[in-house]
Amino acid sequence: MALLNLPSEKVRVVQAETGGAFGGKEDYPSIIAGHAALLAMKSGRPVKIIYDRMEDMTATTKRHPSRTRHRTAVSKDGKILGGEIEFTIDGGAYATLSSVVLSRGVIHAGGPYYWPCIRIRGKAVATSHPPHGAFRGFGAPQSLFAMERHMDRIAQVVGLSPVEIRRRNFLKLGETTTTDQVIREEIDLGKFLDRALVLSDYHAKKSRFVNENQIGPVKKGMGIAAFLHGAGFTGSGERYLASVVGVEGCADGTIRVLAASTEFGQGTNTVLCQIAAEALKLPYDCIQIAQPDTNQVPNSGPTVASRTAMVVGNLVRSAAIGIRQTLVAGGLHDSYSPEEFQAACQRHVAEHGELRSYARYDPPAGVFWDDQKYSGEAYASFAWAIYIAEVRVDLSTYAATVEDFVALQEVGRVLHPILAKGQIAGGVAQGIGFALYEKVVWQNGRMQNGQMTNYIMPTSADLPSIRVFFEEMGNIHGAYGAKGIGELPMDGPAPAIANAIEDALGTRFDSIPLLPEDIFEAISNSEPSEIR
Amino acid sequence: MISNSERPGQCEISLAVNGEPKTVRVYPMARLLDVLRHELGLTGTKEGCGEGECGSCSVLMNGKLVNSCLVPALQAAGAGLTTIEGLAPGPQLTALQAAFLKCGGAQCGICTPGMILASRQLLDKKPKPTLEEVREGLSGNLCRCTGYMQIFEAVMEAAGGNPE
Amino acid sequence: MRSAPADFTLRAPGTLQQVLALLATEPGTWLPISGGTDVMVQYAAGKLSSRQLVSIWNLTELRGIEVLPDEVKIGAGCTYTELREHDVIAREFPLLANAARWTGGVANQNRGTLGGNIVNASPAADSLPALLAYEAELVLVSVRGERRVPYHSFHTGYKKITMESDELIRVICLARRFSGYLQYSRKVGARNAQAISKVCMAALGRIRNGVVEDVRIALGSVAPVPIRLTDIEQMLKGRRIEPALQGVVKKGVVAAIQPIDDIRSSARYRAAVAGNLVAEFLAQLVDGGTLA
Repeated sequence: MALLNLPSEKVRVVQAETGGAFGGKEDYPSIIAGHAALLAMKSGRPVKIIYDRMEDMTATTKRHPSRTRHRTAVSKDGKILGGEIEFTIDGGAYATLSSVVLSRGVIHAGGPYYWPCIRIRGKAVATSHPPHGAFRGFGAPQSLFAMERHMDRIAQVVGLSPVEIRRRNFLKLGETTTTDQVIREEIDLGKFLDRALVLSDYHAKKSRFVNENQIGPVKKGMGIAAFLHGAGFTGSGERYLASVVGVEGCADGTIRVLAASTEFGQGTNTVLCQIAAEALKLPYDCIQIAQPDTNQVPNSGPTVASRTAMVVGNLVRSAAIGIRQTLVAGGLHDSYSPEEFQAACQRHVAEHGELRSYARYDPPAGVFWDDQKYSGEAYASFAWAIYIAEVRVDLSTYAATVEDFVALQEVGRVLHPILAKGQIAGGVAQGIGFALYEKVVWQNGRMQNGQMTNYIMPTSADLPSIRVFFEEMGNIHGAYGAKGIGELPMDGPAPAIANAIEDALGTRFDSIPLLPEDIFEAISNSEPSEIR
Repeated sequence: MISNSERPGQCEISLAVNGEPKTVRVYPMARLLDVLRHELGLTGTKEGCGEGECGSCSVLMNGKLVNSCLVPALQAAGAGLTTIEGLAPGPQLTALQAAFLKCGGAQCGICTPGMILASRQLLDKKPKPTLEEVREGLSGNLCRCTGYMQIFEAVMEAAGGNPE
Repeated sequence: MRSAPADFTLRAPGTLQQVLALLATEPGTWLPISGGTDVMVQYAAGKLSSRQLVSIWNLTELRGIEVLPDEVKIGAGCTYTELREHDVIAREFPLLANAARWTGGVANQNRGTLGGNIVNASPAADSLPALLAYEAELVLVSVRGERRVPYHSFHTGYKKITMESDELIRVICLARRFSGYLQYSRKVGARNAQAISKVCMAALGRIRNGVVEDVRIALGSVAPVPIRLTDIEQMLKGRRIEPALQGVVKKGVVAAIQPIDDIRSSARYRAAVAGNLVAEFLAQLVDGGTLA
């Protein structure tokens, strides 16, 4: 609207299902759409713009590169006493989303640990690159990579195992996060850690590898990452968004969900309809969902920040309950059958012309964020996870591959087991790419490898069995107890893998992606003797 | 490019698509991918990279999986093509497609037509593949959403085996 | 898609003779295209300089694998899939069968051809080291007749081949005399599938009474052309393979190759990995000795 200087009634946006997004479609589409709109207005004809793969990769947003510095005071028995973290991200040529990425990055920088005392400095810098933008995790994968690499370092210095150092510092009920948010759930990360260790056969494998690594060019190692992920917009974000969702009873007695959330494979359509069906005690097949069309649906906010099931879903539930209340008030009895509901809905629409219920986001009591002091409840709830990677490094090619991966996460409530598993497996796969394969080659500010041939993402032949497990502790702030999970799986794989590679080789790597060429250079600089 | 108008240099190409005879008038160096999508309106076949790396454009040509972005139209003359639209003979999904739905093998769906055709090709050659054979058979089809796990499950389910 | 189809001509005469006649009438004008897995990529990138193409896909004269008592003749138009699935190739020429398996994914293997791989002459091509190790011979054909040339002299420089502009490769001939050899091949790419090789090796060896009787070591992606390490082969012939030899061999490998830094990898990495692969082959040769 701003671009075309038109009032909102004159601008209509209809969102199609457009394929996987991962954040890349958060802000950039406005640019392409803006170009198309301007051309359409100028020419008076419909305009369609499609970037080819090279244009897309070269021009559109990518994850913010980052650099993190840690300095930590630790007691002799391995308790964190205090520390300083400097977190810097490369924003590219224009700020765009950098401040929000920075925000999430600094808030997650301390990991799932208790810090009696901490100073975190965040900085976004401008560089001569196309602007960086939202990418699954949105700052958290970057700062959590540093935290979890650093924990292994602390373990070494103090003389404890990577397992023990984490166990001694995990956040617990009643303790506060780095933003002074009180943990109000009875989270027992030590217990999750134990479960993940068993699932990954961690201790037995570590002993075995010590022996096996003596002979031959193949070295194996195990690595752990423990982390948390806050879903929904940071701080007062959800309050400012003030999302609205509608549910409509149609003339034929079926129900239609009205939300702006986009389906791009994560299951938005399915889960929001599931929630409505659950709230109305109707079969899933009675529920449809409207296409996101600014003429038809209210603004339930962007499909980002792992908020769709948790935040928008909760609004769907409320709005659906509103439909039920209206019909019950009109005479429908409480324990209706689907057929009775349908009939009541049809009657209501015939009589009143329409049946609609809206729900607006209401900031929960007890969740308060202070933008000035940068403290308080950064997120309504956190999901928690322990990831364990088994890696194999072949010193004849210096290539690291992941052989087995255990992803254990506490997610409040699993709303749809297959979709949830798919999110985690897909996110772990992306995390493995982030750690070992996906390098953007820059020259004079231009991406040189903007083709699928030279930008390497994992194929089906490159990934191990990704084993996904859930814990469920509920969530009073999410639909049916759900916590957002879309981005969570991006946080853990890279540090778990880097930790495992150090375990395998005894060489420290603190940056990713970790290509065979990087491992080669590190080894050949530190060990001039022949590799046996 | 406007299709079906008379242009010098274009030629008539006859082929069978999903069992039906078709004739199109195109440039001989038009990509088969574009012929399928624009001349024939079969948009199930997708363009992911345009360089034969991602497999989104895979179709079966004379029963063999090919990347249609790399096939010049003239070389498809007389060929029998199967696109995703033609995999199921009628409105009922095939067991393979049903398995993809059941196991969550499709998320955003862009890789899915190519992935299913690649799975079809694999199962035609190896009706009871091992997991390794599934990984290899699908290694030319990139998926960014699923991490492949549920795709493997779907293929193994369709093959009647248990995923390892 | 950065080329306009309207700017290009593609003809598909039905027979080899017709194609050769076309190539002879206008030499250097018509670019042969078989499965298109290289040409069409250049075309889509807007980098194909030839505007006139002639299809040699489906020329039956270029297809088929003929098995004779002493040699196998592979039609230049054979696809990688056909190579992989051919019984004799899989059994007697595993270096070539493996290379076929490692080139692209199934869809590209169904279209890419051995002749195309040779003529495209990428230094990173996966099948070329195998052809060097097997001492392949090529039969080139034109309107003027046929000639048979040893493959080892076919590449004269980066993407330069000794073939006239009106010639095609008709068959690739492999002598059937390697069943007593240890056969070693390995490709190192950025990932396990769909990867252009950073280093690619094909080697054959035979040991008798603990001594190297014959050895061939071929590498791709470490020089402007695929190469055989003839100096190292000479050094190894008649010797026992001992641990002390490893260091000498690795140094020899580094001296024999000219790897580069490029978008995929670095010269130092390639050199180190090439040395490691040769060492790995020699270790297997010592263990494996002669195979029945």
